[in-house]
Amino acid sequence: MANWPVLSVTTFLPLIGVLFLVMLKADEAGARNARWIAFWTTLITFLVSLQLVWRFDPSSPEFQFVEKRPWLAGFGTYHMGVDGISLPLVILTTAIMPLCIAASWRAIQVRVREYMIAFLALETLMIGTFSALDLVLFYLFFEGGLIPMFLIIGVWGGPRRVYASFKFFLYTLAGSVLMLLAIMAMYWQSGTTDITVLLRHAFPREMQPWLWIAFFASFAVKMPMWPVHTWLPDAHVEAPTAGSVVLAAILLKMGGYGFLRFSLPMFPFASNDFAPFVFALSVIAIIYTSLVAMVQEDMKKLIAYSSVAHMGFVTMGIFAATSQGVAGGIFQMVSHGIVSAALFLCVGVVYDRIHSREISSYGGLVNRMPIYAAVFMVFTLANVGLPGTSGFVGEFLALLGTFKVNVTVATLATFGVILSACYALWLYRKVIFGKLEKPSLASITDLGWRETAIFAPLIVLTLLFGFYPKPVLDMSAASVTALLDNYQKALGAAKSAALAK
Amino acid sequence: MNAVALSSMTQALPEIVLAAGAMGLLMLGAYRERSTQAVNLGAIMLLVAAAVIAASIPNGRIFGGSFIVDDFARYLKILVYIGSGAAIILSLTYLAAEKQEKFEYSILILLSTVGMGMLISAGDLIALYLGLELMSLALYVVAASNRDSVQSTEAGLKYFVLGALSSGMLLYGCSLIYGFTGNVSFVGIAKASGQGGIGLIFGLVFLFAGFCFKVSAVPFHMWTPDVYEGAPTPVTAFFAAAPKIAAMAIFARATISAFPAITLQWQQIVVFVSIASMALGAFAAIGQHNIKRLMAYSSIGHMGFALVGLAAGTAEGIQGVLVYMAIYLAMTVGTFAVILSMRRSDGMVEEIRDLAGLARTNPPLAFFLALLLFSLAGIPPLAGFFAKYYVFLGAIKAGLYGLAVIGVLASVVGAYYYLLIIKTMYFDEPAEAFSPVPFELKAMLGIAGLFNLLYFVYPAPLIVAAGIAAKSLF
Repeated sequence: MANWPVLSVTTFLPLIGVLFLVMLKADEAGARNARWIAFWTTLITFLVSLQLVWRFDPSSPEFQFVEKRPWLAGFGTYHMGVDGISLPLVILTTAIMPLCIAASWRAIQVRVREYMIAFLALETLMIGTFSALDLVLFYLFFEGGLIPMFLIIGVWGGPRRVYASFKFFLYTLAGSVLMLLAIMAMYWQSGTTDITVLLRHAFPREMQPWLWIAFFASFAVKMPMWPVHTWLPDAHVEAPTAGSVVLAAILLKMGGYGFLRFSLPMFPFASNDFAPFVFALSVIAIIYTSLVAMVQEDMKKLIAYSSVAHMGFVTMGIFAATSQGVAGGIFQMVSHGIVSAALFLCVGVVYDRIHSREISSYGGLVNRMPIYAAVFMVFTLANVGLPGTSGFVGEFLALLGTFKVNVTVATLATFGVILSACYALWLYRKVIFGKLEKPSLASITDLGWRETAIFAPLIVLTLLFGFYPKPVLDMSAASVTALLDNYQKALGAAKSAALAK
Repeated sequence: MNAVALSSMTQALPEIVLAAGAMGLLMLGAYRERSTQAVNLGAIMLLVAAAVIAASIPNGRIFGGSFIVDDFARYLKILVYIGSGAAIILSLTYLAAEKQEKFEYSILILLSTVGMGMLISAGDLIALYLGLELMSLALYVVAASNRDSVQSTEAGLKYFVLGALSSGMLLYGCSLIYGFTGNVSFVGIAKASGQGGIGLIFGLVFLFAGFCFKVSAVPFHMWTPDVYEGAPTPVTAFFAAAPKIAAMAIFARATISAFPAITLQWQQIVVFVSIASMALGAFAAIGQHNIKRLMAYSSIGHMGFALVGLAAGTAEGIQGVLVYMAIYLAMTVGTFAVILSMRRSDGMVEEIRDLAGLARTNPPLAFFLALLLFSLAGIPPLAGFFAKYYVFLGAIKAGLYGLAVIGVLASVVGAYYYLLIIKTMYFDEPAEAFSPVPFELKAMLGIAGLFNLLYFVYPAPLIVAAGIAAKSLF
């Protein structure tokens, strides 16, 4: 059994869980079973995906676990595979999902079966997005994720869920349809939608800006970058806790992944030309949204804005196109996946108890919830980027990589680190410290064993990657080096051609 | 009649079987009491037989080239027979429950289907007109089939008057084309038109006006919402699928095979019609409360998308149109199966707000409708995405970037009103539950829904078939 298609199994295993869920009855026992089935499915998927890590050869920049079958009669193939850029994100997805299911155990009480179906379908689509090696297949997974997420926000969300879900859906769709046209144009230009071939294909220089813009429209919305980030705070605030976690930890990473997989290697000239533009947007995102985060009254909104700011480091690092910058971008994506997921879970813990996300309805929680206070502190500091947490490594590398290319941008971005300390610590002080005066908080209980079990792996990973980031960096190193070599080669060839003229 | 003449009729066998069968059923219905069920069953069997025959007869041109059987005709005829058969199946319970059970209903559908077959196979302007009128006359009657309802008779009359006007324009166009080229056959027109000329373009414009009326493309779409709303719902289901496919077929065949000389000119018209239809379909549907009216605007939009493929004017574009029509058929049949299931104890309801909370009162029905609506909106991985994908693929290859960008943006706007229905079903508080859904509607919905859901698993056969069919036009 050395050749079993481990990647396809990982991708489609959640759908097997969906089949089981469909057969359940919609009563109390059905809801209980639905939770367990979903939990075991995601856990088994995670264990299967660990196979990918064990058998992955980090020294090779090539795609691994490649599967290829005919699919769309000449127009596209079912082509899957992972390399050092996508594998960390696949593992992040499979690792976060069981935690999401566990976090929804009590919080979701109505239509549990449908909720779990939506989450499992979403997991398949997310893993598929990161491992598709065909443009059409990629688009299929990428866009397909909108449907379950739309329902998760709209059915199980907060009071303004309808507005938030529509905004999420239409914003993302509008961004993506242009990418679809670009995919078609790429097909007619190169004769294939195979990503492995397209990575080596040189698109004509005058075509690249258009393709780049079309892809950028899609990924910038997904990321989200300033000024198209406005759907994110709404979606985060209204989504149920696990929905916010998936959104922050995984869906946002699709944008960064897209930049790394498509924009940078396929359109090197355009990426190079547009890099100052991306830097500008990134710096605005880092500083402006950090300032916006400081005046928020809603905990989830604050974390949502901080996500936009942190994603700014990712785009900045990626488009710096230096090995530190890109590695930092990837690391920051993984780190933010863990930390922001944990922060939203932290909000979920108190929301489950008090049903309020207003910062002003809390205060002095440390008196009744010491464990919670400690957990929240770890992730707050990781969010700030304190050395020793994973947040530091990502931001530091991204800044380092950018500094080599553009000192001004790196300097301005550094202010973002300071600002993030301002809002994150302010949030922590408001919620955790002070006197416990509010009567609603008088009988609040500390973390239960289920909640502690959810946070434990996240804390371990945050600290582990903070002190020892090597596993993630090693995994992606070969792919990043190959990507940048090709990028520089493409640019260099054009430069020498221009000189020869 | 000698043997040679008979064997040369082989290509028209599906039409002959349907026409003769329809006469036979008419006799049965007229002379036997309570034979409606038998007639319905017979009609469905005839359509199945016609589809099998259409799939197996060899290619060829008969009647001096006015009747063409090629892969293009075969593909579309099978779709049309499926569409007509589905329309009869969808009508069974409705007509019985509304006390409108008449045996003439299925016979009219059969006769209309004969006309569609004729239209799809037409190789000259005369066969085109014959087919078009045979199809339309039967449609006018079924639109008014609920003769005691003011709405239904109004719909029938409106459709008839406007249809007659459009036929007149089409005929005028035909006469102009004949006058300037001296030919009625598509091949002859193409040969004789040389470099084109203003007369030919005039004729083309009038011809297109007739086609646009039949596919309900802007600016000849005005009848669609009223007729869709006024006609009995199963009739609307029929109108939305099979006649559109037949009309789109002749639109494509006539345009591609008769007017290669003035491609640039007709391309402009099709691009305009396509953009206008997509935009109107997307924006006008937003304000609708009645789901049948909404489906009318949705179908206008969908015809606009299908025309994107025709605008490309290449084999890839036509392949896109053919894939689009097949998937459109599946989406429409499924959606109308749900609309026909919207029945409470006191009769049919057709407002969108009646669907409120359907996800809790009837989860399977809500799930399938949501699926079909996402598919209509063109969200992957559902079938509707592939439909749009292939037409835009053709447009991009032909360099129609502006059309493609406007098209995909219109699809985003269009997604909004489909989402509104899904929102009503999933996010709102439940309204009164519907009566139990009859078996045949469940079956049609199941087939259409699963086709849309699982199409992505094995999409190749349809795409290959459409590709072969499209090549036969070039």
